[in-house]
Amino acid sequence: MNIILVKRIVFVLGLIPLLRLFILGYLGDLTANPIEFITRSTGTWTITFLCMTLAMSPLRWITGFSQWVQLRKTLGLFAFFYGFLHFTIWYWLDHNLNFLAMISDVIKRPFIAMGFIAFVIMSLLAITSNQTAMRLLGGKWKMLHRFIYLIAILAVIHYFWHKEGKRDFTVVYIYTGIIFSLLFIRIPWIKRFIQK
Amino acid sequence: MIFKDPRIKSRDITPQDVFAHRRKLLKILTVGSLAAGLSSSLQYEAFALTENNQKKLKAKYNQKYSVKDKHTSFKDATNYNNFYEFGMDKDDPARYAKSLITRPWTISIEGLVQKPMTIDFDSLIKLSALEERVYRMRCVEGWSMVIPWNGFSLLNLLNKVEPLGTAKYVEFITLADPKQMPGLSSSIIAWPYLEGLRLDEAMNPLTFLTFGMYGEILPNQNGAPVRIVVPWKYGFKSAKSIVKIRLTDQEPITSWHRTAPMEYGFYSNVNPNVSHPRWSQSTERRIDGRNIFSSKIKTEMFNGYEEYVAQLYAGMDLRKFY
Repeated sequence: MNIILVKRIVFVLGLIPLLRLFILGYLGDLTANPIEFITRSTGTWTITFLCMTLAMSPLRWITGFSQWVQLRKTLGLFAFFYGFLHFTIWYWLDHNLNFLAMISDVIKRPFIAMGFIAFVIMSLLAITSNQTAMRLLGGKWKMLHRFIYLIAILAVIHYFWHKEGKRDFTVVYIYTGIIFSLLFIRIPWIKRFIQK
Repeated sequence: MIFKDPRIKSRDITPQDVFAHRRKLLKILTVGSLAAGLSSSLQYEAFALTENNQKKLKAKYNQKYSVKDKHTSFKDATNYNNFYEFGMDKDDPARYAKSLITRPWTISIEGLVQKPMTIDFDSLIKLSALEERVYRMRCVEGWSMVIPWNGFSLLNLLNKVEPLGTAKYVEFITLADPKQMPGLSSSIIAWPYLEGLRLDEAMNPLTFLTFGMYGEILPNQNGAPVRIVVPWKYGFKSAKSIVKIRLTDQEPITSWHRTAPMEYGFYSNVNPNVSHPRWSQSTERRIDGRNIFSSKIKTEMFNGYEEYVAQLYAGMDLRKFY
């Protein structure tokens, strides 16, 4: 299949979680606490898109099709997009866009700090995801974009600490398992083992 | 394929749950119709009655202990719940609590009391006149509701059993039956869910033994058939579906304290100045149908019940006793 078409399909599919929120909002089905629902939903989709982004290279190694990698950018930008919504809703509705209040919350609470640092790094990757930045950064670009591994780890810790009080870790363990498998698979000798 | 007979109208069909409980329904209608607040003229409609008619409670509005805030809708208050016995998600209790069997139900009051007793629900609810109180309910997670509850002060029950001088605390032990409660398969909490109060807190008239809300008997997901509501403490202190009340001289090791001692203390009074380790408690999101993009409101000391309860904690460091 034509990669341009595939990219377009991925783009449309990537908008479904957002569309779903609009539909639920229209139907009045965002639960009794809509903001919490939206915040959690966008957070979960951020981590989901991070997993999908990280899955593209391993898929190439396993299947031998190089086209997988061409979807990385779209998926990565969707991760940033949902992360941006996640952050903005919290900054706006929890802190009334008060920068100092927001920063002091980040400093005081490691759980929030993890998410915030991940978001800041992810913003850098999103800004440098275009051809111009790639050209300007040259060899440093690849190194910078390896920070997605750190983002994924921070995101999992953020999620883990968020759920800590209730010890409700089932879903967190699933995401942790997926992310660690996707990182593990990148260890050179394992990579060689699965490569086609 | 679905067979449809045009002569049978859907309104003529007895709802399945009414049909399944027809004997029970008849019994309730003949024996308990007065208690259920049914007018006798309705009785000829026996089979057409919906459950709603049996659910009504007569309760006198208590102005002194009621807040004037806008009420949370019945729908929100009954579909957004933390009741882990039925699952971890907020909509799990509404979905799964149907399996809870609330009659017959007995509750025993024991421990350091002069007259221990076991009392069944129908006698318990008649122990004192029912009141309606509109309380704020502040969840430790940072949201709040305003709910009209129906019941009477717990002290009415405690006075009946005559606490001994050595009694210092009251434990509330709730139902833990895996057959009725699918959430018990998770081991987050060492079941049964246990809560507790200091005796003087339990004897405070605000502490409400609750049988209903919005003028109806408690829906299962809200802790049927009997729960307590302690409005100046975070919501998890208000134990649901209580089967045993025990008076002791030891501070109870409450469920959440046991699960995460650094995060949930025995007292757990609503206090905007003492943060939860992972979030601030100074504001809350009020669930009352307001615009979803409204900002949070300020949380009040003791959830706004300072004048009634502050003296209970005179001289105590509330940071230490969180």
